[in-house]
Amino acid sequence: MVFLSKKQIGMVSTVLMIVTFILYRIEGYNYISITLMLIITLIAGFNVFKKAFSALRYKIVSIDALVTIAVIGAIFIGEYWEAAAVVYLFMIGDYLESKTIEKTRNSIELLLHQQPSTARKIEDGKYVIVDAEEIQVGEHVVVFSGEKIPVDGTIIKGSASINQASINGESLPQDVYENDFVYATSVVESGYVVIVTVKEVDDTMFSRIIKLVEEAQDKKAKRQKLLERFSQYYTPAVILLAIIMVLVTKDINLSLTLLVIACPGALVISTPVSIVAGIGNGAKHGVLFKGGETVESLNKVDVVAFDKTGTLTIGKPKVMDYVSFSEVDALYLAAVGESYSQHPIALAIIEYANKTYPTIKQADDTEIFHGKGLRFEYEGSSYFLGNERLMKENNISLTKVEEKLHYYQKRKSSVVLLSDHQEILGLFAIEDQVREDSKQLIEQLKRRGIKTVMLTGDNHAIASAIATELNIDEIHSQLLPQDKADVIEKLQQKSVVAMVGDGVNDALALTIADVGIAMGQVGSDVAMESADVVLVNDDVSKISYALSLSKAIVKNMNINIIFAMIVVSFLLMGVIVKTVNLSLGMLVHELSVLLVIIHATTLLRFNVRSKV
Amino acid sequence: MKKVYQLETVSCPSCIAKIEGVLNKLSGVESAEVLFNSSRVNVYFDEEKTSSNKIVETITKLGYVVLSEK
Repeated sequence: MVFLSKKQIGMVSTVLMIVTFILYRIEGYNYISITLMLIITLIAGFNVFKKAFSALRYKIVSIDALVTIAVIGAIFIGEYWEAAAVVYLFMIGDYLESKTIEKTRNSIELLLHQQPSTARKIEDGKYVIVDAEEIQVGEHVVVFSGEKIPVDGTIIKGSASINQASINGESLPQDVYENDFVYATSVVESGYVVIVTVKEVDDTMFSRIIKLVEEAQDKKAKRQKLLERFSQYYTPAVILLAIIMVLVTKDINLSLTLLVIACPGALVISTPVSIVAGIGNGAKHGVLFKGGETVESLNKVDVVAFDKTGTLTIGKPKVMDYVSFSEVDALYLAAVGESYSQHPIALAIIEYANKTYPTIKQADDTEIFHGKGLRFEYEGSSYFLGNERLMKENNISLTKVEEKLHYYQKRKSSVVLLSDHQEILGLFAIEDQVREDSKQLIEQLKRRGIKTVMLTGDNHAIASAIATELNIDEIHSQLLPQDKADVIEKLQQKSVVAMVGDGVNDALALTIADVGIAMGQVGSDVAMESADVVLVNDDVSKISYALSLSKAIVKNMNINIIFAMIVVSFLLMGVIVKTVNLSLGMLVHELSVLLVIIHATTLLRFNVRSKV
Repeated sequence: MKKVYQLETVSCPSCIAKIEGVLNKLSGVESAEVLFNSSRVNVYFDEEKTSSNKIVETITKLGYVVLSEK
């Protein structure tokens, strides 16, 4: 019916079906009821027949062709009601299925449409609205309240409360100020910001997420591949059976029913719908699965290995403690001394000092002692800045810092001392901090009976200090990238291993592990490429969510498969012992497909908070 | 060469087998794969034996709308 939409066809034929059914029940077959049944067959079946013939032209026997043969056969043997019912049920089933499937894809669809298409660029002090795709790196873009940020960038003016749910699934708004980094598709809820763009539209965090999710949804699960192979044999086998039946028993009705159930719809659809709903759920919560097989492997993981820096820790050293021992401002002086250095520890001191002194002068002269520290000149005086060894070598007494020094050495933090040529002026203790959620995650993993392992390039002392704090089961320290991969391989001999990492040096280990999990924000592109799961917001605690979700998806798939298997075997048996006729066969077939899809949609509402 | 065709939402699992079956029988097509969840078709084909137009035409004739290709 070229002039009717699918919905209209559905409504018209439903009304006709009801009228005809009543008529058929009262009067049985007569000219009016038969005519009505034929009309229903034509209206409901028009698209089915059309598709059947177009495929037949290419010598493909599709499900539409089987239904068409069944309908023609039913009319031929005078079963007009059956013919109308079969085609009606097939059409309406198909319609409802596509509507429900759209729902399972919804969370991914919604994700795709987050990207704003235009941006308000600042050009010669004026606002110009341009295509977001035209925005290049380094341009200034203004975003007002209620609008979405078009590309990743750094705020140079203004402040706002923004919602980044599209990136990290966190629905609470965050306050952002000058120098903060903001992601494309974040919504400015109040305030306004001017950003200088850092990425082009195709390269933003959001675009990367989209690309991953788009590719992921069709990477088949092992179960899916298996079922597809099964159905490849099932369909021809049932058709063959139908032909044999009609030749042997001359029972056309029975053979036609076999044709109708020859397509194991519920079985074929049972896994992809669960996967797409599950992956969609993950994406909404900041966990990107790269495909169906990943979900299956994650479900079986019993060892999780972590890179330390940047994964369990923030990866950026910070001043944890500062003590001044003199009248002079040791904080300012130390920052002056470090002003030329790019070392992470120097940067930590400068950042700390910047909180009190937004501008810091540079040292007049600096002399570096590798592995020890430096000596610098400032306003006519000379100072030492460095570790304990530097002080000892220059005969500076450590008596007054002894206690602190001892304490921090035990904690394995780096200590930087400042002195003039006589005495210590100040002490800085610098540590890489453990992520807030690391501890909680390790606990949760333990509760699940999962063993935790730490892999790090750092020395054993630092590694074991952090491992103790986090209560990690096993430590491997002073590892090169290849060593990390070797450790993973060794672990794999007994277990299914997930590796969590962020850096280029983790890429190999991420690839080798059964499931590689990469940090999305601090993570390098290589790490994201090599991994099977990406944590968009660097939130390690989401690993627990990912594990729960993968279990839920696999369970959902398994239930679907078992259900579909049972339906298929019951149908087959029912047809053969003649308790299932043409229309009942079609009804059960369509209902089972629908049930499987509806069951998959429950994954969309899966939420870990209710599960752990 | 490889081309990706975005179809209108594919919702019946049997459509996959049909579209793949037909495309794979087309002369010049090396392999065709229907991605169910994203409603896309990946086709590898020999440009000298067939054309993208021919592939779009075939899919359309089967009753599926091709929204875009790339």
